[in-house]
Amino acid sequence: MISTYYLQIIILAGINIIMATSLNLIVGYTGQLSIGHAAFMSLGAYASAIATLHLGFPFIAALLFGAVVAGLFGVLVGIPTLRLKGDYLAIATLGFGEIVRIIFLNLQITGGAVGLRGIPKQTTLLWVIAAAIFTLFVLRRILNSRVGRALIAIREDETAAESMGINTMYFKTLSFGVGAFFAGFGGGLFAHYFRYIHPNVFGFMRSIEHLCMVVLGGLGNMWGAMLGAVALTAIPELLRAGAEYRLLAYGAILVLMMRARPQGLLGESEQTGGSIRRKIRIFSRGADTLKKT
Amino acid sequence: MFIQQLVNGIILGSIYSLIALGYTMVYGIIMLINFAHGEIYMFGAFAGMILVVFYNVPFFLAFLLAMAFAGLVGLTVEYLAYRPLRRSSRLAALISAIGASIFLQNLALLIMGARPYTFPSPFIPKVYQTSFLTISKLELIILAISFLLMFALTFFIQKTKIGKAMRAAAQDMDTASLMGINVNLIISITFLVGSALGAAAGVMVGIYFRTVTPMMGLMPGLKGFVAAVLGGIGRIPGAMLGGLLLGVAEVMAAAYISSQYRDAAAFAILILVLFFKPTGLMGSFMQEKV
Repeated sequence: MISTYYLQIIILAGINIIMATSLNLIVGYTGQLSIGHAAFMSLGAYASAIATLHLGFPFIAALLFGAVVAGLFGVLVGIPTLRLKGDYLAIATLGFGEIVRIIFLNLQITGGAVGLRGIPKQTTLLWVIAAAIFTLFVLRRILNSRVGRALIAIREDETAAESMGINTMYFKTLSFGVGAFFAGFGGGLFAHYFRYIHPNVFGFMRSIEHLCMVVLGGLGNMWGAMLGAVALTAIPELLRAGAEYRLLAYGAILVLMMRARPQGLLGESEQTGGSIRRKIRIFSRGADTLKKT
Repeated sequence: MFIQQLVNGIILGSIYSLIALGYTMVYGIIMLINFAHGEIYMFGAFAGMILVVFYNVPFFLAFLLAMAFAGLVGLTVEYLAYRPLRRSSRLAALISAIGASIFLQNLALLIMGARPYTFPSPFIPKVYQTSFLTISKLELIILAISFLLMFALTFFIQKTKIGKAMRAAAQDMDTASLMGINVNLIISITFLVGSALGAAAGVMVGIYFRTVTPMMGLMPGLKGFVAAVLGGIGRIPGAMLGGLLLGVAEVMAAAYISSQYRDAAAFAILILVLFFKPTGLMGSFMQEKV
């Protein structure tokens, strides 16, 4: 049998795979920079926990309930904010994430600053593996369809995509909603494994962590996002021996990894991902449009 | 009551403005959200506190030394973490910036420990009172220094040769370098000046709230960034306006709504402004071409 310690790391890695791949759909494939992914995770976590605690939902129903709530909020938030571009979108999603956190800190039903405790432990390793496979399957199906091609077209060039008859607002919102749905799903699994959730667990640093996983693995590459999720879950644990130097090393590793491989660990290989040079051009083009004004 | 809150908001806002300037200057030139800026602000506060408390350096000298020190930290961060990634994707540079931020925060935690340090105010506590307004000497000094620094920066960017080179590099880095501007040097100067302003804000927050901790950079760093975006990121007057607006909004929300929602108010204002002006208050319209 695996010891509880390793089991916890594997489960966390599994949840992080769900978080990273769903964020990859938004950032890597649709090209919309979001740094508020943890907010959807917390919406899913709280909604599913409340469904279990107060409404007596069975586990699977609670998970789906959390995911649907997060997905709905994704659409609601996406409609106004996805009109924004680049870093403006990023800061708006960050702002949304902070607002959610502060509201949860002050609500009665979420337990406020005390947090929500006593959630039954229902997430097992099997559940996490099944959930991760389900997530990857659905994302893969989306990306290999007409929708996926539309999302990639939007990432490559939004104006060109629009002039080709793609309803960019619709597809961006769809991508955001689906990403949020799975983030909520991951949040539900998280809540039912750790049995205690607090708004600050889903703060801005967690969103940043998800983004790091995606970029580190390689944008627009699902294997990359998975690798990034596993790596960034494992690295802090491997560094545990270093105790107080742990986070210091973590920060340095992020810088060094980006210096060594700016395109991410698996940034070059996926067929739908497009070439690196193209990606770099897209991002620097984003910079140029801002610059030229 | 209202005027009192307004003044309190302006004091807080002027500090946000100083932080926002560091973000906006860097962003204007290399299009990077300098995530480590909040940590540089914290380093500045620590440098000032250590000089004043442990070495008995006179306050204004310590203030200038703290600015210089933080400027050097900013230079180093740029050189080690951002310069190698200048031609890479912007997200790679962003992650590198996040890494630098985590590194610096934990470096401070390691050196100084987690407990907060007291930063005694160097001024005799004195309060000026009129029928509708109470303001302390310290607050007046903070206001004066902030606005002085903002004027100095505006002068530097508008009237000096280096400032002109900075504006040129911000408009188009490649063309600027073709015109004989040493872009690397200009970027270094930008980091130096931006970081020094952040440190000034850090020291003033330190004496205003009388504490300095390794975690103090997190929220103000975020707020400074919000202020920069609120004003239109990359725009220097925008950062000043954004900071003041954010400060006033926050104090008003705390006074008239609820102090628990004070931070939420800052972000709500941000989203509201972006909804109506997607490039910030002073940001100009972006034209898109295929």
